[in-house]
Amino acid sequence: MAPDSKSDVHSAIDAIWRMEQAKVIAAIARMVRDVGTAEELAQDALVMALERWPIDGVPDRPAAWLTQVAKRRALDRLRHRKMADKKHPELGRELEEQQDTVPDYDTALDDDVGDELLALIFTACHPVLPAEQRIALTLRVMGGLTTDEIARAFLVPEPTMAQRIVRAKRGLADSKVPFMVPRGMDRTARQGSVLEVLYLVFNEGYTASAGDDWMRPQLCNEALRLGRTLAELAPMEPEVHGLVALMEIQASRTAARVAADGAPVLLLEQNRARWDQMLIRRGLAALQRAAALGKPSGQYVLQAEIAACHARARQADETDWQRIAKLYDALAEVTPSPVVELNRAVAHSMAFGPQAGLQLVEPLLQEPALQRYHLLPAVRADLLAKLGRMEEARAEFERAAGMTRNERERTLLLQRAKACAN
Amino acid sequence: MRFMMLMIPGGYETAAPDALPDVKHVAAMTKFNEDLQKAGVLLALDGLHPPSSGARVSFKAGKPKVTDGPFAEAKEVLGGYWMIDVKSRAEAIEWAKKCPALDNEVIEVRRVQEVEDFTNLPEPLKQRVAKVESVGKKQ
Repeated sequence: MAPDSKSDVHSAIDAIWRMEQAKVIAAIARMVRDVGTAEELAQDALVMALERWPIDGVPDRPAAWLTQVAKRRALDRLRHRKMADKKHPELGRELEEQQDTVPDYDTALDDDVGDELLALIFTACHPVLPAEQRIALTLRVMGGLTTDEIARAFLVPEPTMAQRIVRAKRGLADSKVPFMVPRGMDRTARQGSVLEVLYLVFNEGYTASAGDDWMRPQLCNEALRLGRTLAELAPMEPEVHGLVALMEIQASRTAARVAADGAPVLLLEQNRARWDQMLIRRGLAALQRAAALGKPSGQYVLQAEIAACHARARQADETDWQRIAKLYDALAEVTPSPVVELNRAVAHSMAFGPQAGLQLVEPLLQEPALQRYHLLPAVRADLLAKLGRMEEARAEFERAAGMTRNERERTLLLQRAKACAN
Repeated sequence: MRFMMLMIPGGYETAAPDALPDVKHVAAMTKFNEDLQKAGVLLALDGLHPPSSGARVSFKAGKPKVTDGPFAEAKEVLGGYWMIDVKSRAEAIEWAKKCPALDNEVIEVRRVQEVEDFTNLPEPLKQRVAKVESVGKKQ
């Protein structure tokens, strides 16, 4: 092995760690049945690599090297526990079995950790943990982001994020969450939690604004990468493909959704030439995979179908609003919520005229959850203006302007209010 | 960051037009491709027929000249590519290192240019570049 320069070796270690970490942790978690312990043992292996590789060079099979080191540590720990606690003969038996089944590292290793990877992501996203801990732990064990990077992406100090990860690991251990892929009904519910975590991560990156730390948009890439991985681990789950499709299509708009001055550009006003057709194509392909499974559409498939309607239209005025309205009807049945209802109203107004939209908006005025939501009066104002009810429209635009916290948006709404007065 | 891993197989410059790859090699490569996919980094990939069935169009003083393959003078020719989305150049290199390539094969790792990289272009031209780029990516 040719001696690399030190910084080359370090960037190689960073890259290898990012690529292999989840597999190493998954393999170790299979032995020790605890994600927190597995993560610590994998970290030990990383520390060893940081010591050895700059001197010895990067091994030919770095993943195998890391796993082997972590496994040795795990065996040491199991042995130690066995000696310290002879009251648990089953542990001893387990240990003997482990020793018998330590695989041939030269050939195996990269393979056959699929189930363990799936168990790892299901465990990290376990609903026993609060959402912010699930997110932190998932990015830590699956993502190959450093704690510092995760902290910067979520705009919190590093010790806060480190603490969150420690609490998550402790929470799993305290609740004795088993390291396994859940089955049956439980799996459906638990999968919902996994998809929720990935989409929360994606949206955190998607809402990043121009002045933010560059790590924030990285969260979109990370969520997308994890979603694609999950789709290969659980190819029979339409909602997984649905979420991947949704994220691919949303990510395709990245270059178009912010103006040169940093102002957000609304979907219908975006320069569609800037949409990334490769990601759109991937999104549509993911939707096809979901459809081929022949199961009823869930919330992610439906949202992705809506995004796909926009993606297929080469110009905003070619959008198939009737199909979008139908998809929102279905979405409102699968996941009823006031915000979905408001979007449904907008879709219906585009498909069937402002009066149709207004009919769906009116009942929402009583909705407690939307009392402070500026888009409700903004949408209503827009529909009223289209119907020529200018005085009511002006009042609603002004109400919306008073509710938004975004300066640019307020200016825009006040301009529209003024236009109604003329 | 998007990178292309460009596969340059030695000897491909003289391969017969109907040359077929070794089955074992294809199996190993497919495993590599699947690993890229499972890792969530693979965006696209393609393999190319040998240059002997292709042509080269060269230019001199604005005049095109067509030469049919094989290209005796070519030292390196492309055999295919992978487009991957990774966090760093180092990660792209680590992926290339994992490829079960043969002794005479070389993988060149190159970062994909984005329109934002062309800081010297006037905005209207940039828009046109972006437009063509995005259509070019459509199948």
